[in-house]
Amino acid sequence: MKTNKKEGADPSGLTAHELHDLMQLGQLRCTDLVRAVFARIDRVEPKVKAYLCLFKENALEQAARVDEKIERGDELGPLEGIPVALKDVLCTLEGETTCASRILKGFRAPYEATVVRRLRESGAISIGKTNLDEFAMGSSTENSAFQITANPWDLSRVPGGSSGGSAAAVAADETIVALGSDTGGSIRQPAALCGIVGLKPTYGRVSRYGLVAFASSLDQIGPMAKDVKDIALMMNAIGGKDPLDSTSANIPVPDFLTALARDLSGTKIGVPKEYFGEGIDDDVRESVERAADRMKNCGAEIVEVSLPHTEYAIPVYYIVANAEASANLARYDGVKYGFRFHDANDTLAMYEKTKSHGFGQEVKRRIMLGTYALSSGYYDAYYLKAQKVRTLFRHDFEKVFSVCDALIMPTSPTPAFRIGEKTDDPLKMYLSDVFTISANLAGLPALSIPCGYSKEGLPIGLQIMAKPFDEVTVLRVASAYEQNRGERLGKPPLDGDEEN
Amino acid sequence: MPVSREDVEYVANLARIQLTEEEKDTLTSQLSSILHHIEKLNELDIEGVEPTFHVLDVTNVFREDEVRPSLPSEETLKNAPARDGDFFKVPKIIE
Repeated sequence: MKTNKKEGADPSGLTAHELHDLMQLGQLRCTDLVRAVFARIDRVEPKVKAYLCLFKENALEQAARVDEKIERGDELGPLEGIPVALKDVLCTLEGETTCASRILKGFRAPYEATVVRRLRESGAISIGKTNLDEFAMGSSTENSAFQITANPWDLSRVPGGSSGGSAAAVAADETIVALGSDTGGSIRQPAALCGIVGLKPTYGRVSRYGLVAFASSLDQIGPMAKDVKDIALMMNAIGGKDPLDSTSANIPVPDFLTALARDLSGTKIGVPKEYFGEGIDDDVRESVERAADRMKNCGAEIVEVSLPHTEYAIPVYYIVANAEASANLARYDGVKYGFRFHDANDTLAMYEKTKSHGFGQEVKRRIMLGTYALSSGYYDAYYLKAQKVRTLFRHDFEKVFSVCDALIMPTSPTPAFRIGEKTDDPLKMYLSDVFTISANLAGLPALSIPCGYSKEGLPIGLQIMAKPFDEVTVLRVASAYEQNRGERLGKPPLDGDEEN
Repeated sequence: MPVSREDVEYVANLARIQLTEEEKDTLTSQLSSILHHIEKLNELDIEGVEPTFHVLDVTNVFREDEVRPSLPSEETLKNAPARDGDFFKVPKIIE
């Protein structure tokens, strides 16, 4: 059950913007903040297991330098001194970058991801790498080769995936903000299941340099945080063209803080009817419908729209994503880095046994599917066909955005399911991505924000989408809703001494 | 269209993955059911539709042809599973 325990003196429960103000006013030392977050991690990690590794020493050193700045009376940047957790699919110079796979256990990246560098330059403090589904392939974080992460709201349930570690860490106050990655919903779905905010930016808005590639035409890195303002702060730090990523867009980054609003007068919000059909939990449907009413109350006009090709999204995604994955994962062959199966007579045997022993079942399954789809004789029937249907999705969205500014729908058809519930049937697991994948296929910005709880007290997420590069509208709708939500949100009941 | 065990063996060879007999059985049925779901796409008329390989309209993103520092050799070799000086050592390739 959710609780309404006051945070009291524990700064780990606050947002980045609140902490910035406290530190700037000299009311909180950065070293104390970082210590408080690590103390929180010590207390709840045995239950949650969100982290694959922690950067305690470096974090405390950086915190000491921030404290010196404060003592000198210098102005702090908005993210300066703020602890950030990084999904272990991002290359960091510190620690290992494993992608939760045995095939990269021990791998130390020789360069850091652009987003990691940008956060470091903004003064944010990386505190560790979080757990994920292996190579970002999954919707529950159960496909990690190393550990299962539990949902802080109910430890018998999944946190969602593939950015489940980052989502659980933010939800459990084991970090202030985090980065995840999203190829088919991997930021938004765990954000929904863990009751936090997560944004997948427009494809090309954030550099993919240093993001271990899964599907190159779908992957995006994005922020995960406790409120919309923190999402805006993160986007200001990480967004923008990068000469090291030729797929990053040469489009100026607005100050996303200017997007925050309290009112939605003049905004038309579309409700696509195909996203409210069968297979959605009653609690989810009611919660999202209540959110639509709230938006009406702050001036929005709600319009029914249609995205007629929605039912084809899953087949298209599972061809395109897996075909691209089969090409991207070919590099893990034991030659230059990562795990190598040493007892092999020739290189072919080395490749085959390295992959066989290094990759988990889901990764193998997707590589096989992708290889099949791209193999001679099948390319036209599968990959080419899927990419043509992708054009039909883009046209659907173009039509819809000519009559409305943003779309709302559920993020996930159900709240968090139990650990082990969907692992025997891959297709069942894939179908839980139904509401999130269209945004990746069409390249749209999309965000999930908490909008209520199920009868069992599990978080439910509302998804907001807008036109390409219109994160400003996404953030505007999200922040106005957040200010007018009318739902009492609490913190997960992780400590033994919570009041109910 | 169901996937046969021979198809699975052929694809595994292309992907350079060695599968156990049990994995071959499981994958044959799982891939068949996933591909069956994908057959849905045949319901659509895509005559004359251009494919979307990339959502962004960017082509030929080049930079000036100036020499810049690259990753130092030592950095590229530091994760080598087997190394011989400046080389990655591997099992015999050519008979």
